[in-house]
Amino acid sequence: MNPMTPGSYMPTEYFPVLITMVIASAVGFGALFVGNLFRLKRAYREKLMAYESGNPPLEEPRYRFNVKFYIIAMLFVVFDVEAVFLYPWAIVYDKIGLYALIEMLLFIVVLVVGYVYAWKKEAFVWD
Amino acid sequence: MNIFGFSVPAGYEFIINLVILLIKIGIVVGITMLHVLYATYFERKVIGHMQIRLGPMRTGFHGFLQPVADGLKLFFKEDIIPAQADRTVFKIAPVIFVFAALSSLAVVPFFDGFVIANVNIALLYVLAMSSLGAYGVIMAGWASNSKYSFLGGLRSSAQVISYEVALGLSLVGVMLMAGSLNLSEIVSAQQQHWYGMFLFPQCIGYFVFMVSAFAETNRTPFDLPEAESELVAGYFVEYSGMRFALYYAGEYIGMIVMSSIAVLCYWGGWTLPPFLLKALPFLAVVPGIVWFLLKVYFHIFLYYWVRATVPRYRYDQLMGLGWKVMIPLALANIVVTSVVRYIVP
Repeated sequence: MNPMTPGSYMPTEYFPVLITMVIASAVGFGALFVGNLFRLKRAYREKLMAYESGNPPLEEPRYRFNVKFYIIAMLFVVFDVEAVFLYPWAIVYDKIGLYALIEMLLFIVVLVVGYVYAWKKEAFVWD
Repeated sequence: MNIFGFSVPAGYEFIINLVILLIKIGIVVGITMLHVLYATYFERKVIGHMQIRLGPMRTGFHGFLQPVADGLKLFFKEDIIPAQADRTVFKIAPVIFVFAALSSLAVVPFFDGFVIANVNIALLYVLAMSSLGAYGVIMAGWASNSKYSFLGGLRSSAQVISYEVALGLSLVGVMLMAGSLNLSEIVSAQQQHWYGMFLFPQCIGYFVFMVSAFAETNRTPFDLPEAESELVAGYFVEYSGMRFALYYAGEYIGMIVMSSIAVLCYWGGWTLPPFLLKALPFLAVVPGIVWFLLKVYFHIFLYYWVRATVPRYRYDQLMGLGWKVMIPLALANIVVTSVVRYIVP
């Protein structure tokens, strides 16, 4: 059968990864379960309060936070996607040669233009 | 079909292979957990001696049973879930954290041919899993419903994603040199050169990688999310007992994974440089796993060395270093590597 037929490809080499993931979560839940058999359960109101250096919590903890965190998240999406684009290029670089080199230098120039723009707009400044 | 010289009747291959796979995973996970236990002991001893103290001494010979005692103690500690917390998310967050750290071990080869899953996107998988760990952090920060946790979770996720970009870009140099994402193939590609380690041509990439790895695993000097003097313990301040232990274990597994990736990508993994073997041929007798472990232990020691030496960064310095120094360095490294690689294939 043609391996490219949709639905016919079985990624068998990834099966061990799946089993490892199952065992990894079993380790996490297992440790909690075993701990559950031994540990104390003596909760009272003060113990269950949110920690605020011994004072009763003052206001809602989920307050408004600095918009810079959103900017960092957006920049991350841009730059991480760029990085992922670079991976296949780096893998086949030896086979393509000069064309790949020029193409990727152009790509990096475009990336640097965006980077300089973000820098000029003071996206990296934390007062 | 033959497995270890025994002929296996048809129809049982799958079960036999599954059992072998489970034993393999058991060995890897078990040995890693043992390393996590003794990495804590090693850390306390190293930092102790660097500060002219002795470190743990009371439990067993030179405190050798200290990590066992600590681990047992945590099983008996009360598991406090704050009344304000979002219970489901609060409970599941540490499991996600440790799950992401342990799962990345699936693609790490420890010596020639010993790897759980020999996939050809191994490096990408490790990067993906290390980003998944950020969910454990931000979920803990949000679900605890405490100001310290909330701030710690926010800071940590911003830090981790910033340095993730530098981490990913620094590895492009290795991919250019090796032409593969498979960690075993990266190791054998390093043997093609007389120097035998990408550490020499990729020294800038290695530097960016190590700095980002320190930030990615939230270790000093970048342990802002858990800065004890301002945020108490950051995102896991509300965690106690076994759930706290899972965060602790996940952090150390992350360190071990990052050290292994550094060793495999830059230090030639379980191999020695050909010029060294030519000069000292008797070194070839030592099995590869010994070299691999020695190199990993050196990197773990480096974590402690830096922790004992360098003071913590301020948050604006940390973000500035990531975006203004590490990313341009990594990009320059890519450009230089690709040009040099074109001229000298």
